[in-house]
Amino acid sequence: MMETIEYTDRGQFFSGHVACAGCVEALSLRVILNTVGKDAVAVVPPSCTAVICGSYPHSAANIPVFHTTLESGAASASGVKRALVAQGKNDTTVLCLAGDGGTYDIGLQALSSAAERNEDILYVCFDNEGYMNTGGQKSSSTPLSAVTGSTPAGKTTRKKNMVEILAAHRIPYIATASPSDLNDMEAKVKKAKGLRGTKVLIVLIPCLPGWGVADNSAVKVARLAVETGVFPLFEVEGGIDYKMNVTTRSRPVQEYLSTQKRYKHLTAENIATLQADVDDDWQRLVNRCG
Amino acid sequence: MNLMNRKNMQLLSGNHAVSWAARLCRPDVAPLYPITPQTPILEKITEFHAEGLMKTELLTPESEHSAMAACISASLTGARVFTATSSQGLLLQHELLHYATGARAAIVMCNVNRTPASPWGFWPDQLDSLSQRDTGWVQFYSESPQESLDSVIMAFAIAESVGVPTMVCHDAFYVSHSMEPVEIPDQAMVDDFLPKFDPARKLDTAVGASFGAPLDQNTWRRSRMDLAESLAAVTDETIRVGEAWGKLTGRSYGPLERYRCDDAEMVIVTMGSMCGTVRDAVDTMRENGKRVGLLKVRQFRPLPASMLRDALAGVPVVMVLDRNYSPGTGGILHQELKAVLSGMADGPKVHGLLAGIGGANVSSETIDRWVRDYQNAEPKPESQWVE
Repeated sequence: MMETIEYTDRGQFFSGHVACAGCVEALSLRVILNTVGKDAVAVVPPSCTAVICGSYPHSAANIPVFHTTLESGAASASGVKRALVAQGKNDTTVLCLAGDGGTYDIGLQALSSAAERNEDILYVCFDNEGYMNTGGQKSSSTPLSAVTGSTPAGKTTRKKNMVEILAAHRIPYIATASPSDLNDMEAKVKKAKGLRGTKVLIVLIPCLPGWGVADNSAVKVARLAVETGVFPLFEVEGGIDYKMNVTTRSRPVQEYLSTQKRYKHLTAENIATLQADVDDDWQRLVNRCG
Repeated sequence: MNLMNRKNMQLLSGNHAVSWAARLCRPDVAPLYPITPQTPILEKITEFHAEGLMKTELLTPESEHSAMAACISASLTGARVFTATSSQGLLLQHELLHYATGARAAIVMCNVNRTPASPWGFWPDQLDSLSQRDTGWVQFYSESPQESLDSVIMAFAIAESVGVPTMVCHDAFYVSHSMEPVEIPDQAMVDDFLPKFDPARKLDTAVGASFGAPLDQNTWRRSRMDLAESLAAVTDETIRVGEAWGKLTGRSYGPLERYRCDDAEMVIVTMGSMCGTVRDAVDTMRENGKRVGLLKVRQFRPLPASMLRDALAGVPVVMVLDRNYSPGTGGILHQELKAVLSGMADGPKVHGLLAGIGGANVSSETIDRWVRDYQNAEPKPESQWVE
């Protein structure tokens, strides 16, 4: 069944970008850039976003983009922000648009430091749970049991909990977002834009080739991630105040897993383990929300 | 004349002279990370900042790597940027040193030359910055606190006019921690000398242009040709800026300095603090009737090749003193100088000495002995370990 979404585009992300057909990272970029508006600069480390924005002299973004090195996203964003402040442009939004490799792995040190300094940046992690731009290898964001190019028998350890790591820095705002819930995503970007200090948005991006997902079903997979509780939508203010945006789970985890080739090898026992993990994490989150 | 009675004279270490230079240049952004023996530069700047004497966006990130990342993006956003590091810090920045040059970020950095580990050491040795010679950064080597102060100010003028990052290097302890009377130029004079940084291209929401997106092969090649063209202009710019600074302060500088080289039978070529010792040795030898001179290489990158050939044309013997050892090659200045002088009809015989590696002491008496040892020897292609 085809679903139609009413959306008024504000022209901040152009057609002609080079994302894979059906990619929801492009969709999320459109919503985020439109919401942030014209008075913004983006820093982009190597990632799908760096590719999607296009090669010189083209750019799919209607704001200046600085392509930096993989481990430097948050540090480079800090440099841009400080330079703008030195010029009296305090209100310009500085975005960092990174992948999970540039956030959970090689960029974590710089991100932790920027968060500790509470740099006034809006950091967005497009989390497709692996190095999908290099052909799909595992990152520390890859979930337990998922097959990637570097975990052909399935990953043997859990996905790193980035929200809790960031919450420990007591930054003003952290939120998760999903391309299945665009109004929620837009509201979170608006809220983050209105706050000073370090804000982080983690957006789940089901990767069509990397996860083995059908070209027309990334939104559906993202929705299943939310509905099964695999990827809960929630916000954390000041590192302490947790708030869930969707408070119910309506489906078993298996419905989410079965949409993806990276989980094709799972046994009933594997699936039960993953379900138990999701149950535990969900309860822990509910408890935090008090 | 008592120097301390002159206007604006202060007793300063090389590091504090650099902090003063940074303050006078009014950087918009200063990302800094501590490392021995650079730390006094950082501390003096943070002290100036805390006292309200220096208005800058001060960033103290978790590593030299992030410090350099912030330098690059701030510079491309149109900010004047200063930072400082040493040894391991500079080596950690290696990837970004390449990036900064390619991005044409006009950053000025002071590097305090210190032995790279392993084994650990904290001693004067120039391998840290010399091993960055392929990153495209302009490199100056300073002999004294006054020269370090002057060089940082001139480095901003050069970096911002040519559009390439520039480092001023001085030796650990011999310069970084040695104190001497240093003249601090008037702020108004420095403001005049160094107009506000206003690059034609920058990250600007009013323009929307992006930086650093992937290129096709031919455009990438063309960007390197542009860089080569800019670097080729650096030597003339060093001369122009050095003369202009000389008119204001009485202290002129160039890419090279020839000291008592006229009629010399042997010229000693070196960089950094070793120049002071050689100067002293040359004076003593000249008093004793030995025709020896010093050629100080102040600008090592880009290497002023034609000037080096001119300076050494007709000199019978050259002795290079390298305070660095490139494993598997030898002394870096020795190797580079031989390449530059290759094919000269009247080129000198070139001896390469690995002198004072790891900060081992080199006295003027030692230099006098080396001159006697090598004056009439046949040069070997390899650099020689000496003590």
